[in-house]
Amino acid sequence: MNFFLVAPIVLPIATAAVLLILRNRIAQRALAFVALVASLASAVALVGEVLSRDGAVVSRLGDWPADVAITLVADRLAIAMVIISLIVLITVLVFAIGQGSGDERSPFYYPAYLVLAGGISQAFLAGDLFNLFVAFELLLMASYVLLTLEGTREQIRSGITYVVLNVVESLLLLFAIGLIFAATGTVSMAELPARLAELPDGVRLGLNLLLLVAFGIKAAVFPLFFWLPDSYPTSPSSVTAVFAGLLTKVGVYALMRTETLLFPGGQNTLLIVVAGLTMIIGLLGAISHTHMKRILSFHIVSQIGYMVMGIGIATELAIAATIFYLIHQIPVKASLFLVEGIVEHETGSSSFDKVGGLLRRSGTLAFLFLAPALSLAGLPPFSGFLAKLSLVQAGFTDEQYVIIGVALVGSLLTLISMIKIWTGVFWGEIEPTPPAGRVGILRHHRTMASATWLLVIVTLAISVFGGWLFGYSMDAARDIVDPSIYVRAVLGS
Amino acid sequence: MSVAYLLVIAVLFATGAYLLMHRSLTKIILGVVMLGNGINVLIVATGSRPGEPPIVGADGTITDPVPQALVLTAIVIGFAIVAFMLALVWRNWTLTGDDQVEDDVEDRRLAQRSATGSNKSVAMHHEDVA
Repeated sequence: MNFFLVAPIVLPIATAAVLLILRNRIAQRALAFVALVASLASAVALVGEVLSRDGAVVSRLGDWPADVAITLVADRLAIAMVIISLIVLITVLVFAIGQGSGDERSPFYYPAYLVLAGGISQAFLAGDLFNLFVAFELLLMASYVLLTLEGTREQIRSGITYVVLNVVESLLLLFAIGLIFAATGTVSMAELPARLAELPDGVRLGLNLLLLVAFGIKAAVFPLFFWLPDSYPTSPSSVTAVFAGLLTKVGVYALMRTETLLFPGGQNTLLIVVAGLTMIIGLLGAISHTHMKRILSFHIVSQIGYMVMGIGIATELAIAATIFYLIHQIPVKASLFLVEGIVEHETGSSSFDKVGGLLRRSGTLAFLFLAPALSLAGLPPFSGFLAKLSLVQAGFTDEQYVIIGVALVGSLLTLISMIKIWTGVFWGEIEPTPPAGRVGILRHHRTMASATWLLVIVTLAISVFGGWLFGYSMDAARDIVDPSIYVRAVLGS
Repeated sequence: MSVAYLLVIAVLFATGAYLLMHRSLTKIILGVVMLGNGINVLIVATGSRPGEPPIVGADGTITDPVPQALVLTAIVIGFAIVAFMLALVWRNWTLTGDDQVEDDVEDRRLAQRSATGSNKSVAMHHEDVA
């Protein structure tokens, strides 16, 4: 049993249990922060070992034999995802501490947040399908609590849609796992590739489709996305930022594993079509709205389209591009929501007809928005440009010209809706009029500002170290495109 | 897996799916319970050889225990989710006084805007959203 591999899962969840007893707010904050930082440290400590091994670091809980143990697997992809999500979780936690100092938060916020963190790490590290299902349940349960924590009418309304949809998604996933077990007699992701390959084509297709639908709902791809723009805008920005940055990406990660490890079949036309529709529909939704949080929520959907496009093309380069896209997207998306959170905290709203002229009040805040926004639209020199460029390159090598066209149009539409936010919130007359003598915005929200700065710096760092990171993504892609590497790492021999 | 199990699973799935389609929240929860139990029965049934009962087979041999371990976890998770959903629906009932899925205000506003072709009603609804 490898302690460093277990810590990112167990530490947050165990701390959550302690925090439920310990209702003191200061202690809760400190302990939550320490638990997440310790998890990050142990994940980082694992990197060296992952890189030195060929394939992955594997841990069997309780050192049971391979066929009955709960297996945790950290390959290059998984450990990168764990690290970037813990970074986002930590900064958003700091942001939430800054945001929460004014109002009385529920004592359940931090425990739920930590369970979410543990569930996300577990989803990335899970070595069998059932463990993945449990991880999904864990993070979904925490997300239900976080989403409806304030219990306002609007939150409950959207919360019910969210909960029902995700429960149905979980049931579908459980159903798929049950059928996979019936067909193959195992749920281990290392044993499944060989056993699934022996099945008749029809059965394989059915199982694959079931998993695609289940993970597709989680990832919010067209036509299964409608719950997302409906539910995300109602919760506080600190919650939405984590959801936006991480939850759908866990779905994308699971999709990627399904398509490369369990059902490797090369190019997948269905996924490419779905990807194109997801991009365009998400963006049309974004352009039609006049509320910053809603526009950003629709953007989550459209960006998922780009990642699904890479999974659909499924060449090594395309998978590498998708991995890079995932790593770039998580902090970018979260930092945009953090900026929105500051705007909302300062002005009481982020709707275009109530807010305006913030550029004149705080140029720094405008910069904090602009950097990730341009990165999202894919403008050089930001990380989004590298991510989109590599996806388009992968498309060209595979001669997928239609989806490239759609992706580029989508990029333009992203820019248009970012400009829409820019003109709506940052340009124009100063609205609402700030109290007399109140200069600037960020200096009144130091904790929130520093958290946002940190995330924006992370996104800028991803652009600066883009070359190295893309090389890493290529290595990670090489590991997962060939399932035998994963299988050999887990089963030995 | 025997035909009797298949029938039970089919009936649970069908009723569950039917109940899920309703606008009444209580029925949706009942649908989730039905569907969840259908899947649980399915997983238990996968443990047996064709035509034999699950858990203890026809000749007295014990079947593969893995599905039973899985289903235990699934039952516990399902229990927690149903409890949470009940709390949510109860909260919804105390807030709105009814048991229906509600419309999204912002969606309604957008639909209204495209129907009337004007932006007149934009300002009044925003408090609901933020």
